[in-house]
Amino acid sequence: MLTIDHLTLQLPYYAHGHASWWKRRWATCLDDLTLQISAGEVHAVVGASGAGKSLLAYAIMGLLPPAARLSGQLNYQEKPLDAVRQRQLRGRELALIPQSLSALDPLVRTHRQVTWAAQRAGQPSTGARHAAQRALDHYQLDTQAQQAYAHELSGGMARRVLTAMAHVSQAQLVIADEPTVGLDPHQRQRVLDALRGLADQGKTVILITHDLRHALPVADRVTIMRDGKQVETALACAFQDDGTSLNHGYSQALWLALPDNAFTTATISKDKQGVSVA
Amino acid sequence: MLKAHQLSFQFSPGVPLLQAASLTLSAGQWVGISGDSGAGKSTLGKLLAGYLAPQAGSVTLDGAALPKSGVQPVQWLPQSPELAVNPRWRVAKILREAWTPSNAQCQAFGLQEKWLSRLPQSLSGGELQRVCVLRALAPEVRFLVADEISTMLDPITQVELWQALKQEAAQRQLGVLVISHDSALLERLCPQRFHLSGGQLTPW
Repeated sequence: MLTIDHLTLQLPYYAHGHASWWKRRWATCLDDLTLQISAGEVHAVVGASGAGKSLLAYAIMGLLPPAARLSGQLNYQEKPLDAVRQRQLRGRELALIPQSLSALDPLVRTHRQVTWAAQRAGQPSTGARHAAQRALDHYQLDTQAQQAYAHELSGGMARRVLTAMAHVSQAQLVIADEPTVGLDPHQRQRVLDALRGLADQGKTVILITHDLRHALPVADRVTIMRDGKQVETALACAFQDDGTSLNHGYSQALWLALPDNAFTTATISKDKQGVSVA
Repeated sequence: MLKAHQLSFQFSPGVPLLQAASLTLSAGQWVGISGDSGAGKSTLGKLLAGYLAPQAGSVTLDGAALPKSGVQPVQWLPQSPELAVNPRWRVAKILREAWTPSNAQCQAFGLQEKWLSRLPQSLSGGELQRVCVLRALAPEVRFLVADEISTMLDPITQVELWQALKQEAAQRQLGVLVISHDSALLERLCPQRFHLSGGQLTPW
């Protein structure tokens, strides 16, 4: 479905050079990433902030800034995913649930915005309106919320609107960038179940999150990222007990830091010494 | 002792958010509040910190009303640090808004020297959250209301933040009210926990 082959991404930044002159340098944001994601899979990408999770999503969607240097190969359904194809497929075959709530148009009411997303995916206008209605109802957005502007929505509502937009687009590959931030447990479960449901329909879901604990029940495989590097890709069932079936110390430390486990900062090595908070 | 007595609050008439909710927080005590979104958790936190005035009932600190000026002894830590700082101030200025933390305290919270000259937008959420927590720990401060401060952090950063806060709170006998959706986290941190629903606090 989607293969990522030795993907490396560099972004420019400016720093003082020798002659105290601003000089362009390159920061490596994604370092030699290789992943194979198949249809019907929920693939969780987990890591700390700044690990390059969102950049991976932007690289797949083709939303990187023009100055970015990208090397490696992206293949979608056995064909290379280049800039032209990304533009064709974006919003149709590929959908992104963005992290930032500012992705919503501030001048358009919720219902129309979701309708637009359905139209972009090629549905006729009446069908799009009905699809939007169904999706909004499914995510428990009432009439008031449907007629609201983006700034009138709470954070959790806005996030559900974004999820509904990806839902109506009928995309084959859905990338959800932190879809559960700011949601209460019921709503979070609803969104995660919806993503699982998409995968069960044969679609592919990439779930980008820092919330390892809630990603695990719905994910098939988990990729742990750190500083742009892929630490480990493991089956979701490997995260259990004290994490000894995980290969890398960092994934283990991440797993042990959860409040239901040890709630410690284990040192990033094989030994599980740590200082407990409680 | 921070005491909320029979607090009632509503934003729109006829839709009461809090109904005679009472809560006591003594020095060095950790109390957890859970509840669905929209249950009024943050409103309760803001009432306790004096950001909002209760429509009925009272918030008292050692029997007296909260002070009207100066560094507030009850500090509210919001969920998103990006909105809690002036985007045009450098981190050094943000950090020293109310007081100047010592180097040891900066180290305990994992602050790095190089952040100080940066603007908040170039710090990650976790880094900025640590700056905001330390900023709120002025010597006059005796109670903290931590409103979902760790939801946007990865597990390891979360533990580091709570560890640092726990240590500081133990040293200075700070009372901390932790507001979170995460019941596992509350069980870890707070011996005393309440669930807020229908405007009432029920212990669990």
